[in-house]
Amino acid sequence: MIGTLLQIMAMFAALSLLAFGGGAAVLPDMQRQAVEVHHWLTAREFLDMFALSRAIPPGSLIVVLIGQKAAGVVGGLAAFLAMFGPSSALAFVVARVWHRAGRAVWREVLEQALAPVSVGLTIASGIAIARSTEHDWVVYAVTVSTTALLTFTRLHPLAVMGVGAVVVTLAGG
Amino acid sequence: MTNRSPASLGALFLSFLIIGCTSIGGGLTAWIRHELVERRRWIDDQQFLANYGLSQMVPGATNVNLAVLIGTQLRGGIGACVAFAGLMLVPLSILLLLGAFYFAARNAAGASWINTALAGAGAAAIGFNVATGIRLGRTNVKRVGPMLIAGAIIIGIGVLRIPLLEVLLVMLPTSLGLTLFERSR
Repeated sequence: MIGTLLQIMAMFAALSLLAFGGGAAVLPDMQRQAVEVHHWLTAREFLDMFALSRAIPPGSLIVVLIGQKAAGVVGGLAAFLAMFGPSSALAFVVARVWHRAGRAVWREVLEQALAPVSVGLTIASGIAIARSTEHDWVVYAVTVSTTALLTFTRLHPLAVMGVGAVVVTLAGG
Repeated sequence: MTNRSPASLGALFLSFLIIGCTSIGGGLTAWIRHELVERRRWIDDQQFLANYGLSQMVPGATNVNLAVLIGTQLRGGIGACVAFAGLMLVPLSILLLLGAFYFAARNAAGASWINTALAGAGAAAIGFNVATGIRLGRTNVKRVGPMLIAGAIIIGIGVLRIPLLEVLLVMLPTSLGLTLFERSR
């Protein structure tokens, strides 16, 4: 139990500081470690948890479900603290430094350099999860059409997820 | 710059508690701006945008970073903790309950439709992620160099499944070098 908790904390604390552009960036690594390395859950369960957690702010609370599956409620809380603690502490330090520095050139350079990295990581995470869990053409079609809908329209994401659930259920999954 | 009105710790906690509830389903950034800039007037739009840009640079969930950054600006370290706790209290409680329900219902008889529905919602949630990336790219990645960097990351992680750390160790310095090169011309 203690061993599992330590594994949870170590894994999510490391991912916390690698998540450039948001929690989505580390989803492929999170899945690989939780499913293939630690065997806490299956790829299918990972997708279920992703769906359950995606609409709850800040959208990356899947870590709580992974921790909960691996080691109960305590595991969920450990995963939560490990995932959000280090990055929040870093944000606090950065806030302190930044409010003293004012508008500096290094800030603009960093912002500009990180933009394509964040964009790449966000798109890559969607493709990686789709490739590891979806094997049915109806499910693929839902992902592709959702991508198009949410890129080009202002539909509410939660409504689109609801429609996706209905479509796949009616198609018999 | 002085703030328009001082934020008490209680009010700060309450505001982020409200944000955590209203943003269920999405739009967290928009709700943070609505509550802090428009309703409370603790910061103005320029301060909000500065903190928003900063939240994107720090690793971790950007909206959580934004709460910590604004909390720090308004009330220092204790403000950061209060903002974080207020924001996360309700979502975390909901997730733990959802988790308990999911683990109990998953194996129950006649519950297979839950799995099927979740597969559909999951497929749509993946689309939400990809669409978010595309939207961000349309406004922030416009030149060929940055596009190639984003493309390399998409192929490296999405298709070739190279571990994140290895990709970042190569692509972060590359992007930084490209930015410095472009600015020096």
